[in-house]
Amino acid sequence: MKLRMRQAIARALADEMRADPTVIVMGEDIAVAEGPFKTSEGLLDEFGPLRVRDTPISEMGFCGAAVGAAATGLKPVVEIMFIEFLGVALDMVVTEAAKLRYLSGGAYTAPLVVRASTGAGLGFGTQHSQTYETWMYACPGVKLVVPSGARTAYGLVRAAIQDPDPVVVLESRALYAEREEVVVGDEGIIPLGVAEVLQTGSDVTVVTLGQMVGTTLAAAVGADWTADIIDLRTLIPWDRTRVCESVERTGRLVIVEENPYSGGWGTEIAAHVASECFHALRAPVTRFTCPDVPVPYPAHLEKRYLPDAVDVRTGISELISTSRRPRPWWEKEGHAS
Amino acid sequence: MTTPLQRREALADPVEQLDRMLEIRRFEDRIKELFAEGLIHGTTHTCQGQEAVSIGLARAARPTDPVCCTYRGHGHALALGMTPDSVLGEITGRVTGAIGGVGGSMHLSEKSVGLMPTSAIVGAGIPIAAGAALTAQVLGTDDCAFSLFGDGATNIGAFHEGLNLAAIWNLPVVFICENNVYGEYSRINLTTPIEDLAQRATSYGMRSEIVDGQVIGTVQDAIERAAALARAGEGPTLIECKTYRYSGHSRADAGAYRPEGELDHWMKRDPILLYRQQLISDGVLDDARADQLVIDVAARIDQCVERTMASPLADIASMFRHITGNMAGSPR
Repeated sequence: MKLRMRQAIARALADEMRADPTVIVMGEDIAVAEGPFKTSEGLLDEFGPLRVRDTPISEMGFCGAAVGAAATGLKPVVEIMFIEFLGVALDMVVTEAAKLRYLSGGAYTAPLVVRASTGAGLGFGTQHSQTYETWMYACPGVKLVVPSGARTAYGLVRAAIQDPDPVVVLESRALYAEREEVVVGDEGIIPLGVAEVLQTGSDVTVVTLGQMVGTTLAAAVGADWTADIIDLRTLIPWDRTRVCESVERTGRLVIVEENPYSGGWGTEIAAHVASECFHALRAPVTRFTCPDVPVPYPAHLEKRYLPDAVDVRTGISELISTSRRPRPWWEKEGHAS
Repeated sequence: MTTPLQRREALADPVEQLDRMLEIRRFEDRIKELFAEGLIHGTTHTCQGQEAVSIGLARAARPTDPVCCTYRGHGHALALGMTPDSVLGEITGRVTGAIGGVGGSMHLSEKSVGLMPTSAIVGAGIPIAAGAALTAQVLGTDDCAFSLFGDGATNIGAFHEGLNLAAIWNLPVVFICENNVYGEYSRINLTTPIEDLAQRATSYGMRSEIVDGQVIGTVQDAIERAAALARAGEGPTLIECKTYRYSGHSRADAGAYRPEGELDHWMKRDPILLYRQQLISDGVLDDARADQLVIDVAARIDQCVERTMASPLADIASMFRHITGNMAGSPR
């Protein structure tokens, strides 16, 4: 059936709540108001206030409560309205939940899900438009998934809830309203840790996720190259096998990511592939990213901030023809080096 | 071998309570010595002077109740039932430790007596305990969650967020503040504008109680009262136990900042001394038997130290265990 991404998420939550009475959801304005982005539509009506809870504006409090609840028998799903709000509660995810299993020799686990909206494109300004996947990096014990639309949102949210460990789900806010064909039911569940090859080609492997999947697919339209386009879907742990297999074949790796250039998630992919597949590479590993600036507010600047399909299309052509990393637009235009 | 649960149940005997307090004291004193001798690395936070809170908690909580404690947790762990071998094994990074030695002094846990992993982050256990109480509420059990924390934790956001959440959701949880006068190296009056921290409960419309933390009975009674209300659906309580930390914050801290005479003043109300006097005046014990108990406990702990130091260190493979479980739906 065709669903908007926000509907697919609500459906995934409802399906898991029907299947497992220990699943509860909580967050700011998610019960009575059905979520600021309407990702919990219908849940309060169907499951009642014991399992569908509005919280105070108190991320550390309710993320902490999720850890305690998960350790003692529930499967809580918490919603963080904007990823930035996780900053005040990060301890509960990366230091408490992620370490509970380790620090109890496996006696306690933290099967909880933290969902947060991320990304630029809707004019929410600097403090409500970042992605911050890397907050969960270098933190053994936590898993991280990023849907690229309604179909993957449904499948990944369900898998995240079923997973025995803390899983963070980062949802590109700009995709909430986008419609896509979704396989609902157990067949629609997408295993964690497995990337999806969306298109195959021979010149280059393009690795991407979230709303950049759409940008990458658009870049491939009318291009003078063909690519393996890989939607990572799970970022921690990412599918090294599938990516490396592809790079071994194409000899080139391009990463398209919504992040500042410095320190984005693609650095990890680039480092590993460069080490592991060095012998197969015909060109430098290349990342198409945002510049190292805060997300600007006005629509035209926000659009320029995000990686753009035309830049990716021409950039890959340049990479293939010159075997040199194409300069990013902000360097070409002299804004920054 | 005695299990943690059996050790917990043994506390029903008043003499065993004295024995356990002596055990905690001796254990902590030996830990300080072992660190001083360079036989243990890293850091540790001991709890001499606060033993009555540990025993009062262990008496009032059921073994099935989840308990969140802090990095100053050896005393609570021993009182709740963990064996000295399991705690010392953990502190010394040995295979005999509760989690095989990978956690160390600040990270103790024993599910069979409800002890969730102790946290090294000040205040973190407060909302986590609220969450454990949420489980009881959602599943309809009569478990009560307990959160133990120091005076310093009442200034961190987690305290306020945890208490607020527990109050608005009417959760079955008892918050127990061990006000031992110092938050790390700083005296409470330097960091906190009120003397009675229990006052903070009023902002959350929450019951509170201030108790003498040096007396097992008063601590136990207060926690039992609060737990009974929590189990009956009457929501959370904040209990402030007035107590005192004889040692510094951690092993690196000699506590040189204490006002002169303060330690002596508190040692006159030593929880072990008070309880010993009580048992003698109740006719449960005489001086000779009490003295013998001190000698026996010391010998027991010394043997535990010997056994532990002769045990194998944690093996390399242990650092790769228990990080994540299987992945949902994963074909691998």
